[in-house]
Amino acid sequence: MSSPSTPGPLNYTSMGVGVEHSPQSPLSIHDMTVAYNRRPVLWDVDLDVPEGKLIGIVGPNGAGKSTLIKAVMDLVPRASGRVTVYGKPYRKQRQIVGYVPQRESVDWDFPVSALDVVTMGTYGRIGWCLPVMKRHTEAAMHALDRVGIADLARRQISQLSGGQQQRVFLARALVQDAKLYLMDEPFAAVDAATEKAIVNILRDLRATGKTALVVHHDLQTVPEYFDHVILINMRIVAHGPTEQVFTKENLHKTYGGRLTLLDEASEALRRGGLPR
Amino acid sequence: MSLVAMNTVATNTFVLLDALLAVTPSAADVLRVLTLADYNTRVVVIGTTLLGLAAGVVGSFMLLRKRALLGDALSHATLPGIAIAFIAAEAFGASGKSLPVLLVGATVTGALGVGTVLLLRRYTRLKEDTALGVVLSVYFGAGVALLGIVQQMQTGSAAGLESFIYGKTASMVVSDAQLIGLAGLVVAVVCAVFYKEFKLLCFDPQYAAGQGWPVMLLDLVLMSLVVIVTVIGLQAVGLILVIALLIIPAAAARFWSDRMSRMTLISAGIGGASCAFGAALSAVLPRLPSGAMIVLVAFMIFILSMMFGPARGIVPRLLARRRLSRKVARQHLLRAMYEMTEEREPSLLVRTTQDQVGARLTTKELSQRRSWSTKQLESELKTAEEDDLVELSGDGWRLTEEGVTLARRVTRNHRLWETYLITYADVAPSHVDRDADMVEHVLGPAMTRELEKILGRRDPDQQAELPSPHAMVEGRS
Repeated sequence: MSSPSTPGPLNYTSMGVGVEHSPQSPLSIHDMTVAYNRRPVLWDVDLDVPEGKLIGIVGPNGAGKSTLIKAVMDLVPRASGRVTVYGKPYRKQRQIVGYVPQRESVDWDFPVSALDVVTMGTYGRIGWCLPVMKRHTEAAMHALDRVGIADLARRQISQLSGGQQQRVFLARALVQDAKLYLMDEPFAAVDAATEKAIVNILRDLRATGKTALVVHHDLQTVPEYFDHVILINMRIVAHGPTEQVFTKENLHKTYGGRLTLLDEASEALRRGGLPR
Repeated sequence: MSLVAMNTVATNTFVLLDALLAVTPSAADVLRVLTLADYNTRVVVIGTTLLGLAAGVVGSFMLLRKRALLGDALSHATLPGIAIAFIAAEAFGASGKSLPVLLVGATVTGALGVGTVLLLRRYTRLKEDTALGVVLSVYFGAGVALLGIVQQMQTGSAAGLESFIYGKTASMVVSDAQLIGLAGLVVAVVCAVFYKEFKLLCFDPQYAAGQGWPVMLLDLVLMSLVVIVTVIGLQAVGLILVIALLIIPAAAARFWSDRMSRMTLISAGIGGASCAFGAALSAVLPRLPSGAMIVLVAFMIFILSMMFGPARGIVPRLLARRRLSRKVARQHLLRAMYEMTEEREPSLLVRTTQDQVGARLTTKELSQRRSWSTKQLESELKTAEEDDLVELSGDGWRLTEEGVTLARRVTRNHRLWETYLITYADVAPSHVDRDADMVEHVLGPAMTRELEKILGRRDPDQQAELPSPHAMVEGRS
């Protein structure tokens, strides 16, 4: 850990070389570069995610936050680098990784109920061509109960509010009983009650030793919600414990001249009582 | 999807106009067809029904995968294959009109067409609709040109090849029906076996990929099923209209159910019924192409589903909305009258007398209570009077005994919900169901008791004397 006298951010700035990777880490990204249509969107990402923490991924629009998660899950091709989950390649560890995609990524008019969607989280466990059994729907009901909408289980998903839809996605990841959760903007456009419910679930997960990587937009709540932060803008600007990394200086590096955002951030810092 | 349906129907209008000139069948003919007395009719109807069932099942997956139009490019791309297969067969001295040979040709170019669409989309920046338009027209154009060549060939008779364009069930023989039945069975089995996987693929392919499901492979299996259905449908429905069999039953079924399993089965039923009736109609009116008949029958079912389908049909939705607004208006009236009685003559509501009635209220007083128009209020009072909830008394209206009982419950529920919302503002909204007859049914007796306590109710045996959670100084709540 850095002493207060050393300039914190530098220690956490990843240069893509010389980082020691631990095989125990829930997620190690080794020197990863991702490109869409020949245009790189993420450069030389190289980091270890600490176990049992809530980690926020923060950066401006188009910084590659979602891309980072998708590249980890092999959903977008990596131009270089590799990813390990608890020391093994992702494709061998899929069952212990829970994914919460962005809410807009699916058509909510689809003829399925909330329970149906959550049950999809058990499909991996069920395997090819075998039917869904009672114990799987029971597990799904339990997950719906955890996110507080068990009473809406039979409702067609278009009849749910945005916050409830987000909870359905969260429950689908929970039912998997994963060790590492990757969440793409779970707090986007949800009501206050849902935000609170999600935060509580995140804390429950942490209490049971799970790790969650969460793409997050709202700078104000970062110090409150997350133990660690990854500041990202096409490259890792800084990552580490929130109180050391979430500084005005680092945010300036991440967001550049976007002053309104910086004002927001300094406001958050003042209220959160963090250094500078 | 309905646009496509209409489009295909429009395409066929010309065929129909022509068919109107057909001779009217005799009653005996009709009877023979309807009772499937003819061996040939029986073969045709059974064969096309199996086709419809299979198309309905595959179609609902395609619709939900949002790939429905890919089937259109596919079917048009079968034409050059049919022509080439004919030419090749004739060149090798075989009969060019052997159905299996022609269908193999159709399958090959059909699959090529789909492959072209996928490649265009992947390696160019063209959007899906553009790629579909290019492939559909180019392959079909090539097919028409090849048919022209076939017609000028000296060997064999090419007459009848064009029946693949519009469909002609009359040429169907037992072996064709068997082929369709077999293919339909394969399709049904594959769909049943991969139901769970297809469901996931259609709903959230990205999540499926993240979970390690081979999305490309699953899409390929699904596309193969579409190829099978399209190719076996060529003979009965024709390549222009076979897309309708994939889209219309599935689109119609969506109006009937919000559950995918049920939607798929209903879609199969609609597909089968459309084909059975369409083929029968075409048998009665031999000059009308079966493809057109089948599509028109399917479209009739689609219209009926769109109007009356319980899940999202237009009529049930309108009815539900009207029922709701009536209920709300009735509740507003009862509550207003109850609360005004409460304000003026609370003694009337104390539960000692058996036959309680409300205070006498003039329409003017009532209309000031809420933003009711006189007309609205009068019609509302009138229907309430018909239900014996209010009665005229001198120059005003009052709640009857029955009205007081109902109004008390409505008012109590309203106040409990308000309290709930105020007390649990941060968690409540998803649980509020104002439509519920009793708060207890939604929140349970324990929560209801708690809310009543918050409302400061003294006597637990009283039914409704709960004060409004916000002061009623403004005269309305």
